[in-house]
Amino acid sequence: MSILVNKDTRVVCQGITGSHGAFHTRQAVEYGTNVVGGVTPGKGGTEFDGVPVFDTVSEAVKKTEANASVIYVPAAFAADAIMEAVDSGVELVVCITEGIPVLDMVRVKRFMEGKKTRLVGPNCPGVITPEECKIGIMPGYIHKPGKVGVISRSGTLTYEAVHQLSLIGLGQSTCVGIGGDPVNGSNFVDILRLFEEDKDTEAVVMIGEIGGSAEEEAADFIKNNMSKPVVGFVAGMTAPKGKRMGHAGAIISGGKGTAQEKIEAMESAGITVVKSPADMGKAVFEKIGNN
Amino acid sequence: MNIHEYQAKEILGKYGVSVPQGRVAFTPEEAFSIAKDVAKGGVCVVKAQIHAGGRGKAGGVKLAKSPEEAKEIAQTLLGKTLVTHQTGPLGKEVKKVLVEEGCNIKRELYIGLVIDRSKQRVVLMASSEGGVEIEEVAAKHPEKILKETVDPAVGLIPFQARRLAFSLGLDKALVGKTVKFMTALYNAFVGSDASLAEINPLVITEEGTVIALDAKIGIDDNALFRHKDIEYMRDLDEEDPKEVEASREDLNYISLDGNIGCMVNGAGLAMATMDIIKLYGGEPANFLDVGGGATKDQVKAAFKILLSDKKVKAVLVNIFGGIMRCDIIAEGIVAAAKEVSIGVPLVVRLEGTNVKEGKQILDTSEINIITAEGMTDAAEKVVAATSANV
Repeated sequence: MSILVNKDTRVVCQGITGSHGAFHTRQAVEYGTNVVGGVTPGKGGTEFDGVPVFDTVSEAVKKTEANASVIYVPAAFAADAIMEAVDSGVELVVCITEGIPVLDMVRVKRFMEGKKTRLVGPNCPGVITPEECKIGIMPGYIHKPGKVGVISRSGTLTYEAVHQLSLIGLGQSTCVGIGGDPVNGSNFVDILRLFEEDKDTEAVVMIGEIGGSAEEEAADFIKNNMSKPVVGFVAGMTAPKGKRMGHAGAIISGGKGTAQEKIEAMESAGITVVKSPADMGKAVFEKIGNN
Repeated sequence: MNIHEYQAKEILGKYGVSVPQGRVAFTPEEAFSIAKDVAKGGVCVVKAQIHAGGRGKAGGVKLAKSPEEAKEIAQTLLGKTLVTHQTGPLGKEVKKVLVEEGCNIKRELYIGLVIDRSKQRVVLMASSEGGVEIEEVAAKHPEKILKETVDPAVGLIPFQARRLAFSLGLDKALVGKTVKFMTALYNAFVGSDASLAEINPLVITEEGTVIALDAKIGIDDNALFRHKDIEYMRDLDEEDPKEVEASREDLNYISLDGNIGCMVNGAGLAMATMDIIKLYGGEPANFLDVGGGATKDQVKAAFKILLSDKKVKAVLVNIFGGIMRCDIIAEGIVAAAKEVSIGVPLVVRLEGTNVKEGKQILDTSEINIITAEGMTDAAEKVVAATSANV
């Protein structure tokens, strides 16, 4: 079992003929992901490595019965692409694209209200259920199937956590990168809820960072709704105020959104917060062992 | 991206937000002629233009009763280093001043627009406590900050602005003008892809007009591609030269105060690397994210920027190769070492895609590298190497 994606997930790739889309589609197919179609406006009717390409997402979904979409289109066109995917009715949209204007995302979120589609990202590594389905840019081989759910605002820091888990003998149920933007699709709470309901997830690693209050909201949710152990890490203890640390959303503004505040909120909710990013795997092992 | 007050007022003016008449001056003579134009025999104000708040308290904003006095004030301000609570102890040099008409202040209010991350919408804030820092008001009197959340599908609706205006206790006659002001401000915010717009203070004049006495606007960097007219407003003098150089190479670099240089791929891992250095008793000299798809040339450039910081006594490279292959990083390190003499201990931790090839490239090169396994080992080694090199 897993959340969001599994071996039955049928994926269309928006921007499949672009350099990122092409490269990562090949990687995903090699991993075993069921990529059923691609979308590039104007290239409908052609094929990409034997995968049919369509002009519109709705046509792709109709012809291929896809239930998920992954987006690699450039930032200027990404909001449009997300809304097109949502309109087509797929259950899941994963947007990898970095650099989407935040007001575009405000409009996207408004557009999505009342619709059933779930969005993960943008500016994220994607979602992977080990040995079943990889949607995104993460290196597949570091993941092992298992019982730990991983959720994170950062890409490479997620790989770091996954690597530590795999080395210590702990596989992952599903790993979800929710992305580093200030306005995004799914937040910690949305994904934590799915992990709590997933009978094969036994523990969760939650990786936060400075900026906003998503970690505080997650802590509140965990305190009241979660029975499974959660291990946390918050990046940016040493980050200066008022500086954007790479991610658009990683900024301490008006003195708010510091790592210290987040760690305090998480600890008071019963989350084991590790001080060192090298201890994430070990802390989960101490909670559940690796049986 | 931050812009100057005069640039913010230029944008606001285009959207019909009422701002005082004025222009920017680079010399005392320019200040004289602008003062003559805008003051119309009355007073004018000369305001130092730097990217930092608290200019008034630091002596960067002065009243002039005549164009001659405006010229004298500009003479003293231009070239002066202004230290405010936001500039840091070194302060910032004033290279231009805004000269604008004075006004008769009756009341000072606060109006701001921000993107509320929890609500995922634009929020309009207003407060009767104008002229003081809004963070201070938020901490001491949160009830004095009034908010309206804007639905992006319909924009700011007049009733929302009206509700705020009445709550501020404005006279009936002023409510209409304030609603118009707020609506124009919202349009300017959305139209220019701002991430922040603050009018502090918003002034009600003795004559019954509503005007933005000060203005601060931040622009969403991700949206600059569709605002070429705003992009040119970027003032490189206001930024750290190393950060500017890094942005030219599409690298994310931020200067810090420590002495351990860091090169990492990914923003989260880069922050975590700074944190673990500190945890093991060291001090990071910078944040540097070489990104997901960095090329050999970018890595080389990253190295040069790191090493140009003379405080740096050791360097830690921490790479988790996903898309970014370890062999590419290794080639970059070797190429950079051939061009710049590294001169300080270099600790490298590589993990992930093509890690074996990467390590082999480093091992067979002639550079002296301390290799590390895992982040703890890397942090311990770089901290030890730094202490040995100080």
